[in-house]
Amino acid sequence: MKQSIPRRLFESLIVLIGVALLIFLMLRVVPGNPIETMMGEHANQATIDRMTAELGLDQPVYIQFIRYVTGALRGDFGTSYSLGKPVSALMKAAFGNTLKLSVFASLFAWIVGIVCGIISAVRKNGFADHLFMGFSLLGVSMPVFMTAMILQFFFGYYLHWLPISGSGDWRCFILPAIALGWNSAGAISRLTRSTLLDVLQEDYIETARAKGLTQSAVILLHALRNTMLPVVTMMAIQFSGMLSGAVITETVFSINGIGRLAVQGISGRDIPLLQGTVLFSTAVVILGNLVADCLYSVLDPRIRKEA
Amino acid sequence: MSNMKTAAPTSVNLASQIGEEDRFRDKLLRMARENKLAVISAVVILLFVLAAIFAPALTPYDPKEMDMMHRLSAPSAEHLLGTDEGGRDILTRMLYGARVSLLAGVLPTLMSMALGAALGLIAGFAGGLTDDIIMRIADIMLAFPSTLLAMIIMYTLGGGLVNVFLTLSLVGWAGIARVVRSETLKLRSSVYVTAARSIGVPRGRIILRHILPNCVPTLIVLFTLNVPSAILTESSLSFLGLGIQPPDTSWGQMINLGRQYLYNAPWCSFAPCIAIMLIVLAFNFLGDGLRDVLDPHLQNQ
Repeated sequence: MKQSIPRRLFESLIVLIGVALLIFLMLRVVPGNPIETMMGEHANQATIDRMTAELGLDQPVYIQFIRYVTGALRGDFGTSYSLGKPVSALMKAAFGNTLKLSVFASLFAWIVGIVCGIISAVRKNGFADHLFMGFSLLGVSMPVFMTAMILQFFFGYYLHWLPISGSGDWRCFILPAIALGWNSAGAISRLTRSTLLDVLQEDYIETARAKGLTQSAVILLHALRNTMLPVVTMMAIQFSGMLSGAVITETVFSINGIGRLAVQGISGRDIPLLQGTVLFSTAVVILGNLVADCLYSVLDPRIRKEA
Repeated sequence: MSNMKTAAPTSVNLASQIGEEDRFRDKLLRMARENKLAVISAVVILLFVLAAIFAPALTPYDPKEMDMMHRLSAPSAEHLLGTDEGGRDILTRMLYGARVSLLAGVLPTLMSMALGAALGLIAGFAGGLTDDIIMRIADIMLAFPSTLLAMIIMYTLGGGLVNVFLTLSLVGWAGIARVVRSETLKLRSSVYVTAARSIGVPRGRIILRHILPNCVPTLIVLFTLNVPSAILTESSLSFLGLGIQPPDTSWGQMINLGRQYLYNAPWCSFAPCIAIMLIVLAFNFLGDGLRDVLDPHLQNQ
């Protein structure tokens, strides 16, 4: 945050290259020949050799890596062994669902988190405060699959209000979005609450009150603007986290997104697919952190001046 | 924190060492007096640990023996939490599963703390290129979404108990290295370290005698807050079928197996879910309590 934007850009690029290299090397040391796994036990040696050459797996590792990176920059992540389609096409198809899920989950988390955070701060130590903070603690301590299964069981199976799984129409995304967003809603409401409480101690709030403004005017016009600074940054980070980390939610609700592709990559021993999805997801996180940093310096005039 | 730092230069001296331990005990006592939630959490954790250790004495059933006559039976006097798809007693499997789940929280956290603390100390103390290299590697590890990083390491290593522990250790060290490094940087420029250097104390000795002991309160807090995240990651991996493999049992794996019977036998999944939630909540409360008394400035990280 204290560094200039070009420097952060450069650092992010280095981290991204490191991430690509790490993923690449980790997947190369897996015991067993991926081609033999793919072709089954009865393939003859000649076919295996031909396939190995075709996929460039007979080349030295550093050449394979350079080929992979240059390919990835052009949007070519190779062909999935288990699904037989280009990884980029599979990811493009899956990304729509992941994006929808993340947007719904973020909207839920932002609205619920900010509203509950404000109420908790204004009514500090009141009933609503304890209730909301209790829920947010539960959110942090409950594994995502637990929230997901409770929602599925109660709203899907018991009450029949919403579909249990799938990625058809928008109603399919409501339960997954709540499951995925619950955790962030808790984090955002805690941050909103603590920041707003700090801001309310400031002198200019005192001044605004002295002018005779009502409580809601003080909160909405004066305090909230300054509260939103760290909250917006957190929102950016959480959104990119959802785009990349929805593996469990997508699995529980059978949503065909990026996370499920990664799981498919593992169960199908499908290196290109796994490599592509993990690289993509990590790149999203790095980008999200970068955006958050930039947002911070754009939104906060004090930092803008320093930079 | 500040009075601990100033106390450290004389820590070679036995009398002040006793004084320092006294203060540590005082702080814990203060937490025990003021923070009931932390005390309750410590008791809950202790009960879980005892239950895991004495599992065979607490239950008449065998966690692995199938009983097809009593598949998926609802909670009853014989089977307090019901039975699973193999007719095995859920409570029994949870008691034995607690061994794996708790170990998965504690052992990898200890390993990742040893690794993270060592690298953080070296990075912070050496500075320069060493610092840059270690911290860039940490940045790379931290850039990964943790579930995906764990998944890809599990893929490389293969499933099973030992590999789950290894994976969790590899996932956790970077965050710890970062905190320990910033702590080391602060301590390195303190007066007593400069004094120790100026009389020619070797670097290794400075790190072990002057810097590491001052990081201990921070490390204790980090430990209590990292255990629950290791437990959650293990349960996520096992939930996805990548972690603990049968015949070993962990809570995450039980939830995964029970998920197929969510609607006709919800107790299969929900009982271990609640166990995970309780233990994670307990560690979080205890960690918050310890942080408040031992290391208040950690709050911002």
